[in-house]
Amino acid sequence: MDEASLAGPRERALAEAPVRVVSARVGLGRRLTTLWSRRELLWGLVFSDIRIKYKNSALGIFWSMLSPAFTLAVYYMVFSLFLKNGIPNFVVYLFAGLVVWNMFLTAVSTATGVIVDRASLVKKVSFPREILALSNVGAAIVYFVVQIVVLVVFLLVLRHAPAWGYLWLLPVSFLALAAFSAALSVVMSAVNVYFRDMKHLIEVVLQLWFWLTPVVYSYENSIAPHLAAHGLSILYFLNPVTLVVVTFQRVFYVTPVVHSTVTGQVLNILPTWSFERFLLLNLALLVLSVVAFVVAEAVFGRLEGNFESEL
Amino acid sequence: MTTVIEVREVSKQFKIHHERHQSLKERVLHPRSGSTELFNALRDVSFDVGAGETVGIVGHNGSGKSTLLKCICGVLKPSTGQIRLRGSLAALLELGAGFQPELSGRDNVYLYGAMLGLSRRTVDAVFDEIVEFSEIAPFIDTQVKFYSSGMYVRLAFAVAVNVDPDILVVDEVLAVGDERFQAKCVDRIQRFQREGRTILLVTHNADQVRALCDRAIVLDGGDLVADGPTHESLRVFRERLLDEAAEHDPEKLLGTIQIDSVTTPSGSFEVRNGAGVHLDVVVSSQGAFSGNFVVEVFTRGGLLVSRSDAQGAPVNLVPGANRVAVDLPALPLLDGVYDVNLGVVDTHGHTVVAWREGAASLQVIYDGREGGIVALGTAVTQL
Repeated sequence: MDEASLAGPRERALAEAPVRVVSARVGLGRRLTTLWSRRELLWGLVFSDIRIKYKNSALGIFWSMLSPAFTLAVYYMVFSLFLKNGIPNFVVYLFAGLVVWNMFLTAVSTATGVIVDRASLVKKVSFPREILALSNVGAAIVYFVVQIVVLVVFLLVLRHAPAWGYLWLLPVSFLALAAFSAALSVVMSAVNVYFRDMKHLIEVVLQLWFWLTPVVYSYENSIAPHLAAHGLSILYFLNPVTLVVVTFQRVFYVTPVVHSTVTGQVLNILPTWSFERFLLLNLALLVLSVVAFVVAEAVFGRLEGNFESEL
Repeated sequence: MTTVIEVREVSKQFKIHHERHQSLKERVLHPRSGSTELFNALRDVSFDVGAGETVGIVGHNGSGKSTLLKCICGVLKPSTGQIRLRGSLAALLELGAGFQPELSGRDNVYLYGAMLGLSRRTVDAVFDEIVEFSEIAPFIDTQVKFYSSGMYVRLAFAVAVNVDPDILVVDEVLAVGDERFQAKCVDRIQRFQREGRTILLVTHNADQVRALCDRAIVLDGGDLVADGPTHESLRVFRERLLDEAAEHDPEKLLGTIQIDSVTTPSGSFEVRNGAGVHLDVVVSSQGAFSGNFVVEVFTRGGLLVSRSDAQGAPVNLVPGANRVAVDLPALPLLDGVYDVNLGVVDTHGHTVVAWREGAASLQVIYDGREGGIVALGTAVTQL
């Protein structure tokens, strides 16, 4: 090939190439389009993260199932067998909520420290930094999918049919959770650069958060009547994870009202909302979560300008 | 010519923490303390680079050249000003920084490619070339953590240069690898030049800039102090280095010695057919000084023809004007213009106390028909 002849077409192509701007402030729109254009890096990081995590372990990705399975077994024994909460088929109820909670927990807790942990990369290679936090969310989603598969197998074995009519709530609810997790992860990863305590603080907060979310207990059957009496039900649902957990429980556990296996009393386990009400609430949550993600991107943009002085 | 890099009034400040308060407790307890200082790494730097240019960025340590490069690559964001780039950019900054030690070489090639903004398919297409260039084919499926540092760097270099960048940014990396691999790298950079790609080369190796660049930019303390043809910029660079050294000079020698004039007895700098040249050099000194004289001869293309041994030519300077004769008894050079640089160094050859870049330009006229630089007088006889 005659190398000299390459100069012509290259220069012509260059003249038409888009211009990239590096400056102190990057507009939010440009941030988001840049992020989208680098999605292939996001996939690359997600899968390399997973590969590295399980590279030298014999059981590999099965660990992502074993650990939640163990948690599931412990909670089942404690709440159903020892404390006798009387909820029939409690293991399904528990599983549906845990799957959701695990994804949120994994995403936020791993993403918070990621910018600091990967400081050498951040200081040497150019790419949208929030991709690091998002790759942890992506990995959490992969584990979520694996656990959902296990849940489905579980349901098949137990011959427990989901609420077919409510099935379409799942994608909406999942997307809302993913967007909310991403928003929180992106902000936390940047804040942790300035306040290194955030990594430890978030672990404490997440523990508290877990008990504010109706995973191992039933909201309707515990504090709901008390809150409703004061018109404060909304307070409980300010926690975005709650709606997603309740939606997953409604789809997989199915029956909102059951008879206690211990006393035979009627138990209100889940809200008795119609499909439309569930859908509306989940759509609202999705919109709010997407807005939260956009805000998180803006906050991240503000904070990342000084990363090099802090890392 | 299309402008591919536009740097407009770029400044960069770093916050320097004297006492770091990074935990929440410390921040709450000492909201204002932990003094920070602003450090200007770059001040109002502006320049353009056209398509196909090879531009050297030189400056001593701390001059801001790496900061500028990182801003151009987008690793750092300028505090004010902006940089506009056209076309794809690959950076050879701290090679292998994006590598994951736990992954194999193959996985890292794809991951690094993605970091440079390439799709999987694009990397697929050049994967074999990358492996071939890096010369680590047998180890491509080995985890990178088992690589030697040389293998690491070779693989990173191979990815960066095989991804068809419009702009290649190179930072000091030519100093890595063994000599043969370095030659290969320089070769690849020269091929990029012929292909009309734009190259930014950051180094403090003046010879490399002379050999590869048509144009050089000099940074000093965050300011752009020169931007022009390589030999002119390098003259500024050397002068700045001397000024800089003068400030840290314990014996206060620098600045006291100057090369005032360089002349020939005939007044002409023409050299004909291998004849020599005699240079009369006047050096003024404020004190007595014993040192050595250094003579460099360069082609206009920036190739070093000869540099005299720094310890081979002792001079004893007395206060006042000193005359030094520099004899180049035979110059078996071919047609062309050759630049002569003169300098005075201390007896160890470590410190340059006076320097004159472009002290003389020799116009060499050679009647033979040989090509190149040196007249070897090759004779071919059929026996």
